[in-house]
Amino acid sequence: MSLALDDRDRACLDGAHGPAMRLAMRLVLKAAGILGARELIPVSFAHIDACFYSGEAHVDFAQYLLDHGAKLSIPAWTNNGVVSLTDPDIRPEASDPQMVKGARKLMQLYEKLGCRPVWTCAPYQLPGGPQFGDQIVAGESNAVSFYNAVIGARTNKYGDYLDVACALIGKAPYAGLHRDEGRRGRLLIRTEAVPDGWKAENIFYHLLGHHVGKLAGQAIPVISGLPPQETADSLKALAAAAASAGGVEMWHAVGVTPEAATQDDAFQGHAPEHIFEVTPESLAQARRDLTSAKDGPLDMVALGTPHFSLTEFERLAPLVAGRKASPGLAFYVSTSRHIRDEAAKRGWIAELEAFGATVIADTCTYYSPAVRRCRGRIMTNAAKWAYYAPGMLGVEVCFGSLAECVESAVRGEVWRDPQLWANGL
Amino acid sequence: MIQARILHGGEAHGRVLALDAPLSFWGAFDPRTGRIIDIHHPQCGSCITGTILMMRETRGSGTAPGGMAEAIRLGTAPSAIILVKPDINLAIGAEVAEALYGKTCPVLAVTAADYAELARHAALAISGDGKITPLPRDSFPG
Repeated sequence: MSLALDDRDRACLDGAHGPAMRLAMRLVLKAAGILGARELIPVSFAHIDACFYSGEAHVDFAQYLLDHGAKLSIPAWTNNGVVSLTDPDIRPEASDPQMVKGARKLMQLYEKLGCRPVWTCAPYQLPGGPQFGDQIVAGESNAVSFYNAVIGARTNKYGDYLDVACALIGKAPYAGLHRDEGRRGRLLIRTEAVPDGWKAENIFYHLLGHHVGKLAGQAIPVISGLPPQETADSLKALAAAAASAGGVEMWHAVGVTPEAATQDDAFQGHAPEHIFEVTPESLAQARRDLTSAKDGPLDMVALGTPHFSLTEFERLAPLVAGRKASPGLAFYVSTSRHIRDEAAKRGWIAELEAFGATVIADTCTYYSPAVRRCRGRIMTNAAKWAYYAPGMLGVEVCFGSLAECVESAVRGEVWRDPQLWANGL
Repeated sequence: MIQARILHGGEAHGRVLALDAPLSFWGAFDPRTGRIIDIHHPQCGSCITGTILMMRETRGSGTAPGGMAEAIRLGTAPSAIILVKPDINLAIGAEVAEALYGKTCPVLAVTAADYAELARHAALAISGDGKITPLPRDSFPG
């Protein structure tokens, strides 16, 4: 084997640290071999996706690790579960006993293994996470996209089991987005022709992300013409939508993201391979792509994909203050337990509950089909939710802004903000 | 005889099922039945269990290793998988299943030209050192 191993790597591989660490080392080396990596690099943080239940093999794997001496080498935080540990009623056991029991057990096993039980797809909203330049491991597509592009931490998109293996060994194959040259932009996507007024709206970043994902596929896009002081919530929307619509794992926004102070930096001195102009029509098309239902009576609103941030709660609270959602309409906000606690301290959760909303933690409405009344016509402000829900949940989706979602919930039917959609968008 | 690159090694033989489009092992295939369930897949409804499954590439999903390991656990997996574009997820899923259940599913990669040649055959045998040999058409009836 041409790969350089240190004494501990070799000891793990020889079984000196037990069968679990040997399996973990074998998985890391298998990935390195397929990637053609010449060396492993130390990683300092992992966001674990293997805690998402997809069958009993996942449970058996975690149990095997626990029973055979597995020890984490680095801090490892957990992605969403399929169920919520804090709100078991969201998906009652009777709805699917084997799945709910398995999912719950899996989450408990990763806690026992020493993972920090944050249960969120937006770990970058929590304090104490990775910083610029850190080599890390993540698997959740929106987190990979956000960490790489917005934070400037470096990760490939790690599949299940390999994410855990890297966290146990504390190393990853030195390949792809871990390397400088792997982060070079390839496509230029210009937004200069889009009116500045739209760029002040959060919904623009969902639509742009969807459009960018479709254009880029898995290539690294460089977006120019965005305002320099973009909010984390807008960049989250862009990161998530580009990842779900295309498979984008890394992107740059010139003057906004940390490896793109200039366009030349983003392309590492090379010329773009393709140049695309974003027009109002491309955004209107993105909006049509994300809406599968005609406007009409509304059954549910789903916010928080990826998980709602504290600043999003801050924007939502005044919109619902003193109002009531239409009787019979379900209004869900998905978030992490950490952010929910912080929002509760500020009184925002009580305001939302008075409005008629349910704030759920640890999981997401888009893979919890047993969520009450999750059928019919559903409105969301999240491009990622709108992209996946028709297929995964068999529901009809209307995509709109946060304010449109709230106003529609009050009226009990889809409402469009005439000011927002002026100018042909 | 064709020499493949071994992504996960093992011996296998079976009839060939060559897919016309990439398959994701999470969401597009049901490990409980071994059938392709993605309605957008041209071979939706086909059972991949026990076949030498050929596809040029997979459709990516971070949960694919779980789908692979679950299929091997339940005995619904292919006998082997032959790709052109090497895939980490299937190899990782196979390695985990072998450690947990002592059952395996070799995963191999070949050149595009070798792939086209192999896909012409009705049945194939795979040896532990990654050699792929055609078998007579009547080796695996049905």
